[in-house]
Amino acid sequence: MNFELSEEQQLLQQTVRQYLENECPPTHARAVFEGETGFDPALWKGMVEMGIAGLHLAEAYGGAGLEMIDLAVVSETIGWGGAPGPFLGHALAGLAIQLGGSDAQKERWLPRLAAGDALATIALAEAGGLWQPEDWTLAAGNKLEGAKVNVPFASLADVFVVGVAGGGLALVEKAAAGLEIHPMGGVDRGRRIDRISFEGTPAEALPKGAEISSRVRDAGLVLLAADAFGAGSRLLDMCVKYAKTREQFGVTIGHFQALKHQLANMALEIEPARALYWYAAHAFDHIQAQAPRSAALAKAHLTDRAMQIARDSVEAHGGIGFTWECDVQLWFKRILFDRAFLGTPAVHRERAAKLAGW
Amino acid sequence: MDLSYGKQYEDFRAEVQTFLARHWPPKGTDAGQNKEEGARRFRELASEHGFLNRAIPKQYGGSEQEPDEIKANIIREEFMKARAPGDVRGIGTMMLVPTLLEKGEDWQKEKFVAPTIRGEFGWCQGYSEPGSGSDLASLKTRAELIGDEWVINGQKIWTTTAKTADYMFCLCRTEPEASKHAGISYLLIPMKQPGIEVRPLRQMTGGADFNEVFLTNAKTPKNWIVGKRGEGWLVSRATLKHERNSIGAAAQSTAVFAGLVHLAKTAKRGGKPAIEDSEVRQRLATIEGYVRSHEYSGYRQLTLNARGENPGILQLLNKLSSTNIGNEVAKLALDLLGEDGLLDPTAAEEMVVLPTGSRSWMNQYMYSLGIAVAGGTANIQRNVIGERGLGLPRDVFADRSPGK
Repeated sequence: MNFELSEEQQLLQQTVRQYLENECPPTHARAVFEGETGFDPALWKGMVEMGIAGLHLAEAYGGAGLEMIDLAVVSETIGWGGAPGPFLGHALAGLAIQLGGSDAQKERWLPRLAAGDALATIALAEAGGLWQPEDWTLAAGNKLEGAKVNVPFASLADVFVVGVAGGGLALVEKAAAGLEIHPMGGVDRGRRIDRISFEGTPAEALPKGAEISSRVRDAGLVLLAADAFGAGSRLLDMCVKYAKTREQFGVTIGHFQALKHQLANMALEIEPARALYWYAAHAFDHIQAQAPRSAALAKAHLTDRAMQIARDSVEAHGGIGFTWECDVQLWFKRILFDRAFLGTPAVHRERAAKLAGW
Repeated sequence: MDLSYGKQYEDFRAEVQTFLARHWPPKGTDAGQNKEEGARRFRELASEHGFLNRAIPKQYGGSEQEPDEIKANIIREEFMKARAPGDVRGIGTMMLVPTLLEKGEDWQKEKFVAPTIRGEFGWCQGYSEPGSGSDLASLKTRAELIGDEWVINGQKIWTTTAKTADYMFCLCRTEPEASKHAGISYLLIPMKQPGIEVRPLRQMTGGADFNEVFLTNAKTPKNWIVGKRGEGWLVSRATLKHERNSIGAAAQSTAVFAGLVHLAKTAKRGGKPAIEDSEVRQRLATIEGYVRSHEYSGYRQLTLNARGENPGILQLLNKLSSTNIGNEVAKLALDLLGEDGLLDPTAAEEMVVLPTGSRSWMNQYMYSLGIAVAGGTANIQRNVIGERGLGLPRDVFADRSPGK
């Protein structure tokens, strides 16, 4: 029985955390958040140099050949740091090509994705909350006609993994004819989203796309759950720190039971849930029969718990918590993204119910 | 990560299974003996094999094994599967014995430990008083040393097993001049004596799991004190270090959740199984998020405990996690019971047609509230999480020590 991160995983987590503490303190995260693109090439480059872009890609293609738990631990740390950037879409697109691509597709893309020479993203959702593979209606084929929404950082991407009818996946390149990108004004300005439309746009199917698209979705659920855990625990840290410094009635407000109990409840909500995303990440590689359901439960539970923590955090900071200047909003919006992306908690609870045979 | 136990431990598991297959239930000449005697002899044998009483030194009747959380867990799992009697569980073995081993005198260990772990001495805990609940250290029960005896006067409350117990371990005020915490001593008191009266306390479920204990010139020998005079508070705190092992609590949560799913499958909504109703499905899956978090956090604590590492705040969250899950389960169960929720689970069976399942869920609906209070209310637990877990400052009022 060993349900704890290995030394290597702990080291990985510490390294990423240290990097983000140095290079992406809240002032910097805020500057990027408020900036033009929501993207900081230097910050991303540093992450690529740590191997994050290809952590889960095969060593043959220049990746580190690690597992979902490693990737999820990094996702948690990025959520903790509130780091803006294209990690999520890039990681999932790389996974899709690795699991579903032809040898030629893998050779063409994976080394460049692992090295950070190219940026990839995923285009799964269609308007009306159609996130899941069985929901996709965009007709498959060599030429695509239609649109996808909620595509992370489409304007930066060199290649898109696009979900098509029947649960398949297709590759579309940046310069493809008839591809248009329209910013959507996403709430998490550190993870911008776009609507992309296709008009006779050339596409190339991933041969095993329909077999593995649900795996890619499950991976996304795990990474979002991990990100939400990181963000939620960061907010709790911020609230505890505030409670130890802010004074009213002549004492620090952490003395007061009303606030102390609120913070204790927040710890109770978030801390045990770490094990839920760990389990889902572990199951992804090692207990595949349980992987889809664990991922669905983890995403539903963690993003809901983190969302409540975010609301509580605004309250725990009093009036200042409601301001644009207070950093709570950065993580609040990050969690809004984690919660809605790939489907709301209710969607995944219903899936978990079905998968249990209820 | 690896959720299997590994070869060394699987070998150990096989050893436990072989032992159980051979000795439980009792076979051959042992098969005919009465049930209690059978259990007693089985426990003795299991202890000789190092499967029970592992933390107790041999000289006090234990098997004195190297601490190994994983082995302990395997033993619990296998004994439970075989329905074999495990370590005698009760407040005596869980609280008194560890305290005596750490703080008691040799003669006290010799006299009390072995019979307690064999289940021959039953104990009850004399801590709470009507006026001293969360603020336990304000307790008023007096013990005065008169000659060679302590003479005790006062009242204890919420005393589980007081009716059957042979002895009570009891916090008494012996140093009335000392400050609040420093005036308390930890005494062992025989229950079967004229100075002690036990009155059952009926709870809202109708049952009576607790008692009030009235001590009127109750007596106990001078040397039946654990630790020195005025050290009782510290002695009682020593037991807290032995609060461990979340796995048991998490197993309880998963079991009660499985029961809830079963109820949702059998109960009806709009003529169809309730589990097909989307609200019910959502609520079940929401509760399951908490249940699995609790369960998997238990795996992590087991891992860390086995390595001798401190699981930190996780350990402080166990009790509230369990009680919150219990509460949520109870609330959904009540909704699933529908009109059966009108009926009194304690009413005579011939009076109402309340199916057995509904009867126990109605009972659980109320009982979950008792669990939330037992061993410290949820709000006290929140103080502990805030102060010990998050490092928030102590409560302004609890810092004061009015004493006397």
